[in-house]
Amino acid sequence: MQSNAAMEYDYSIVKLYMWTTVIFGIVGMLIGVIIASQLAWPQLNYWLGEYGTFSRLRPIHTNVVVYGFMISGIFVGFYYSAQRVLKVSMGESKLLMTLGYLQFFLYLIAASGLVISEGMGITTSKEYAQMEWPLDILIVVIWVLWGVIMFGLIGMRREKALYISMWYYVATFLGVAMLYLFNNMEVPTQLLSGGLGAWYHSVSMYAGTNDAMVQWWWGHNAVAFVFTVPIIALIYYFLPKESGQAVYSYKLSLLSFWGLMFIYLWAGGHHLLWSTVPDWVQTMASIFSVILILPSWGSAINMLLTMKGEWNQLTDNPLIKFMVLASTFYMLSTLEGPIQAVKSVNAIAHFTDWIPGHVHDGVLGWVAFMVFATLMHSAPRVFKREIYSKSLLEAQFWIQTVAVVLYFTSMWIAGITQGMMWRAVDEYGNLMYSFIDTVNVLHPYWVIRAVGGTLYFIGLLMFAWNFFMTATAGRKLETEPQFRSPMA
Amino acid sequence: MSIDQLSIYLYVIGTGITVVVFYSYIVYLYRSEKRGEKDYEKYGKIALDDEIDSAPVESNPDSVNKNKE
Repeated sequence: MQSNAAMEYDYSIVKLYMWTTVIFGIVGMLIGVIIASQLAWPQLNYWLGEYGTFSRLRPIHTNVVVYGFMISGIFVGFYYSAQRVLKVSMGESKLLMTLGYLQFFLYLIAASGLVISEGMGITTSKEYAQMEWPLDILIVVIWVLWGVIMFGLIGMRREKALYISMWYYVATFLGVAMLYLFNNMEVPTQLLSGGLGAWYHSVSMYAGTNDAMVQWWWGHNAVAFVFTVPIIALIYYFLPKESGQAVYSYKLSLLSFWGLMFIYLWAGGHHLLWSTVPDWVQTMASIFSVILILPSWGSAINMLLTMKGEWNQLTDNPLIKFMVLASTFYMLSTLEGPIQAVKSVNAIAHFTDWIPGHVHDGVLGWVAFMVFATLMHSAPRVFKREIYSKSLLEAQFWIQTVAVVLYFTSMWIAGITQGMMWRAVDEYGNLMYSFIDTVNVLHPYWVIRAVGGTLYFIGLLMFAWNFFMTATAGRKLETEPQFRSPMA
Repeated sequence: MSIDQLSIYLYVIGTGITVVVFYSYIVYLYRSEKRGEKDYEKYGKIALDDEIDSAPVESNPDSVNKNKE
């Protein structure tokens, strides 16, 4: 490290996003535990009037974990790793630093506005796009600022080649920008109707089936460009760096990248199988969903092979455990998703508990594990302190792994049972079961889900404590660790 | 030709084009490496050797350093 202070990486923005990752993680997942418990014990819906009902809390849960916890974690990864792979410090440009702070504070305002407005029941009612138009405009500004910072860093870089993680960050920026703008085309009702309704209300610019198709083009690609693409960017940097092993095949990473970019955008229609959208759209979405296995597994296998000859690290480094299990869960959920997108399977799976089961083995096992690994790998470099407790990290890993398994296995069984019961007919063609019959059968599985969610949340609290203690009380480091993160 | 028949033809043609494009890309990647025009695998070192003062795998002639000169 050079003595010149300007020649050090600047982690000021990284630190800010680290804290929002932890705080939004706790808020979002606590609400998740509450709503999982409400499904198992419905009387819990009435503990806080309208503000405590499942319908009010569910969008807050999804939005806070996706746009609070995950996006903060992704920004931690970006502001940390982009500087390093481009070999340029944020501190070398006052403009970029100013824009970085501005982006963070606008993000805080938007996130607070999201929680407050959804808590009050103000929503567009489009899933994962519930924010009303004033917040949408703010999100666009935040995203544009991110783009300016990203391309500003790229323009200043000392390393000519863009490392594969940067490709994925750029794709995240462009993909979300395009999809967000198209899906949130909305008409503010009061401004354009001569004063009808509240000033913040809007209606979608699209109607009926078209609205559904655009919505799920966005909805699924939010999975693509928030849950997948930027998380691959994280693992392509953090797993090689933590293990000291270069990515197994750089060529495979390039091929997987283009495969993912080309195929993912066509798969959104699988959310609308057996609905009123044209049959060819459903078939196309189904086919592209199945093909999507190839680039997804290309990245995941590339990550696992990166550990070739170094599997001993899996036993004694909990961060490697998190990342290897993350890529394994990525493989699981990218096989499960295409299976659910096959039309005949979807006839059973659609609207059942198997769907949240699928989502959660992806987000809890893949996304959140990578976010934990990202924060904990960065913490010793950012705070110049050793990780506070290795044993706490190990315990967190095992508790959360058991939690994810409880979550998705219970939802697999519940979902398939539910789908079969809904379809079952007697010899005269009458439905055999009423809705409440399915509720009675599924109740034990909903209890198991609530237990799994609670265990995961306990693991998150352990992580938050470990992270807080690392930042404030970890043993001070004289030199920056090159690969493996030091931990007590 | 009905819309169903048209969609079948389009799927077959589309699948064929996709297969050709991606296999061509694989061939391009390996062939350019074999001919010595490119060395993709060296870029994997960017993540490992990422100190701000360590030598880049490929120096950027338009970097911030040049701009300061």
